[in-house]
Amino acid sequence: MRGITKEFPGAKALDGVDLEVEPGEVHCLLGQNGAGKSTLIKVLAGAHQPDSGDLTWDGEPVVLPSPTAAMRHGISTIYQELDLVDGLSVADNIFLGHERARYGLTRRGETAAAARELLSSLGHPEIAPGTEVGSLSPAQQQIVSMARALSHDTRLIVMDEPSAVLTQDEVGNLFRVIGELTAAGVAVLYISHRMGEIRTIGTRVTVLKDGRTVAGGLPATTPTSQLVALMTGRESAYDFPQRGGQRALPAREEVLRVEHLTQPGSFEDVSFSVRAGEIVGLVGLVGSGRSEILHAVYGATRPASGSVVVDGRPLPPGRVTAAVKAGVGLAPEERKSQALFLQDSVVRNVSISSLGRFARFGWLDRRREAAAATARVAALDLRPADPQRAVGTLSGGNQQKAVLARWLLRGCRVLLLDEPTRGVDVGARSELYALVRELADSGVAVLFVSSEVPEVLGLADRALVLREGRIVHEAEAASLKESHVLDLVMEESRP
Amino acid sequence: MSDQTTPRPAQEAPVVPAQGRSGTGATGGPSLVKEGPDPGAARRRQLPRLFPLHQVHSLGLLVVLLLLGVVGAATSGNFLTTDNIVNILTSAAVIGVITVGQTFVIIGGGIDLSVGAIVAVASVWCTTVATQSYGLGGMVFTAVVVGSVVGLLNGVLIAYGKIVAFITTLAMMASARGVAERLSDRQSQVVTVESFNRIATDKILGVPLLVYLMAGIVVLGWLLLNRTTFGRRTFAVGGNPEAARLAGIAVRRHTMLLYVLSGVCCGIAAVMLTARTTSGASNLGNLYELDSIAAVIIGGTLLAGGRGSLFGSILGVLVFTTITNIFVLNNLTTDIQEIAKGLIILVAVLLQRTRGARPPA
Repeated sequence: MRGITKEFPGAKALDGVDLEVEPGEVHCLLGQNGAGKSTLIKVLAGAHQPDSGDLTWDGEPVVLPSPTAAMRHGISTIYQELDLVDGLSVADNIFLGHERARYGLTRRGETAAAARELLSSLGHPEIAPGTEVGSLSPAQQQIVSMARALSHDTRLIVMDEPSAVLTQDEVGNLFRVIGELTAAGVAVLYISHRMGEIRTIGTRVTVLKDGRTVAGGLPATTPTSQLVALMTGRESAYDFPQRGGQRALPAREEVLRVEHLTQPGSFEDVSFSVRAGEIVGLVGLVGSGRSEILHAVYGATRPASGSVVVDGRPLPPGRVTAAVKAGVGLAPEERKSQALFLQDSVVRNVSISSLGRFARFGWLDRRREAAAATARVAALDLRPADPQRAVGTLSGGNQQKAVLARWLLRGCRVLLLDEPTRGVDVGARSELYALVRELADSGVAVLFVSSEVPEVLGLADRALVLREGRIVHEAEAASLKESHVLDLVMEESRP
Repeated sequence: MSDQTTPRPAQEAPVVPAQGRSGTGATGGPSLVKEGPDPGAARRRQLPRLFPLHQVHSLGLLVVLLLLGVVGAATSGNFLTTDNIVNILTSAAVIGVITVGQTFVIIGGGIDLSVGAIVAVASVWCTTVATQSYGLGGMVFTAVVVGSVVGLLNGVLIAYGKIVAFITTLAMMASARGVAERLSDRQSQVVTVESFNRIATDKILGVPLLVYLMAGIVVLGWLLLNRTTFGRRTFAVGGNPEAARLAGIAVRRHTMLLYVLSGVCCGIAAVMLTARTTSGASNLGNLYELDSIAAVIIGGTLLAGGRGSLFGSILGVLVFTTITNIFVLNNLTTDIQEIAKGLIILVAVLLQRTRGARPPA
């Protein structure tokens, strides 16, 4: 790709991007959110047409007028937001668009067999081809997505943050598959925010910034600080805020207490407490019950037994409205589908949980509502600083800020964060960390779930390690080592 | 043909200032139709915030209505008379009131196919000999209570019984009309309470009471939708029910209330329709569900929920009644009328699609 530009009205998403990928290499694409990575991928996938610039494929200039054309050339894309049809079976999803069929009749047996073969080559023979995709876990869906990409005669696979929903061992498996692919001469364009991964599998790195290529074809061994500097003009990758009120901690009162929370199949006998001003991190593999525990605490699901106590008062199980009333807030994992009203303005998204405060007998005082929401949004330095903008047009980090602003406005005692930095770029992460710490310092009890161990160790005061639905270890986060936590988390699943 | 081409400039006109503002004026018009970060948001800021979200679409519809006026005036000398315009408004009154409720339900992510049947059962129940013995107040009270109870039944089944709205209200459509037939024994029940019939015949300043009733309910509905917490939550529940639930909104209770609201509107509409026909009958309100849904949709409300405009819905009702009026004035048969209605629905949905095609990035 040479000199690719793509303009949207009012914004130049790509402004002269150069990218060169060779067969058999893992080429990593780095850049902050909004740097143009997603747009670039869509151009490659044939979903967007560039306004200028040339695409060269195998030495020949090509045009990719449609996704089908891209696929015919052997370019497959695995998007960040999985694009699977929930209601169809695994096999149907894999062969969607190029069904194994004769005379318009699908050949079910053959499809299932081919799907099974693909899935076991990906190391996941346990996913049955007949299963409905909607019933699979995010990690399994990712595997199905990959199987779909491989079901074409693929020569270039584009992966947009494939590891975001995966746990450590699943990432290992992904890397193994990528290794096999590249050995067979397939090129991989790999997008990730995680430097460690780039280090492990990357061959070369291209860095995008503001729609431009700022560095192309760097070796993957380039020091992290140099790469981050290229992306941001900044030096360090993760900036964790100081653990502030630590000395005062034991004296603070307990805000959230969870007792013997049990949901067979998800988690067993989970008990812990969070004090005011404390940040507690939950670490565990996908499927260890992390998110399920948060949801049960929030009342979004009803646990089989156990109790949740906020400020000394037990919450009725399975009732979100009661939890919110008691001062509990949740920033869910899937921001777009579980937290935001994408078409609505930032103000409306922020105020939705506190409407009652701006109303008298149901009558909204919209000026007060807008002023209060705008103030919270400004305090969080949400960009662009336009509270009337549709929230769906913001970057991941700013969308997360909008969700935080919602609970800030509501004023909560307990804040539950589910993968707070998923899909958030490196620069914005540090900002979010600082924000969470600030919230805690103001007396909020924070409980957060993360699949990134360094994040838990860096941000939390205390870490709870989960394995197969049970808390197996609890310690001051500062005293824990990443390798130790990984050991704890994966002990049972080791061969 | 001119119907289809002319609204477009009107739709794009408000875009021009936004374009100038963001400094991309030179790139020209057509590319603006493509997705962009937020021409919609810019547009929203530009216009006075009288009618949130869909005012641009509503403007287009207003133009359609004006065009219909021109066509009407050109084809019939009687069209522009006060009598005729009052006539149009009067025939829009009943369906207009029903459409208010339907708009709430659809924005809230549901649909109510039972509105016509609720009108029938409310009409029959409020005109039984027993009810009529209580006079005007008893009859109106009965109609509204019957409407809200049937709506409550819909709402409970949908929100707490977790039966799909389409199925629930389809079942209700059949069985409520059945109840109406059983109650009335398929006879029309003549209203002997004179004060009740006067609801349809009384005029204030030459305009029938029915028109004031509709206008009042539309204004109340508009305020409820756009100025209250209830309205705001309706948009949220329809736009993303899961996010609404996790934001602490009582989604099920809210959904239930939406159907109660629709039922209440049907009860009021039943009073108006019964007074017009001076009798209650089980065949009243036939196919009103289709008319009201069509009006909501051409009014710019997304069938999927989450976005919409009450003002647009009412314009939709007026467009349909004006078309009917023009056809009647010109002695055209109803079959052509139905075809025209169908075409208008299609064109409106097509227009909506070009607007909705912008993905939320």
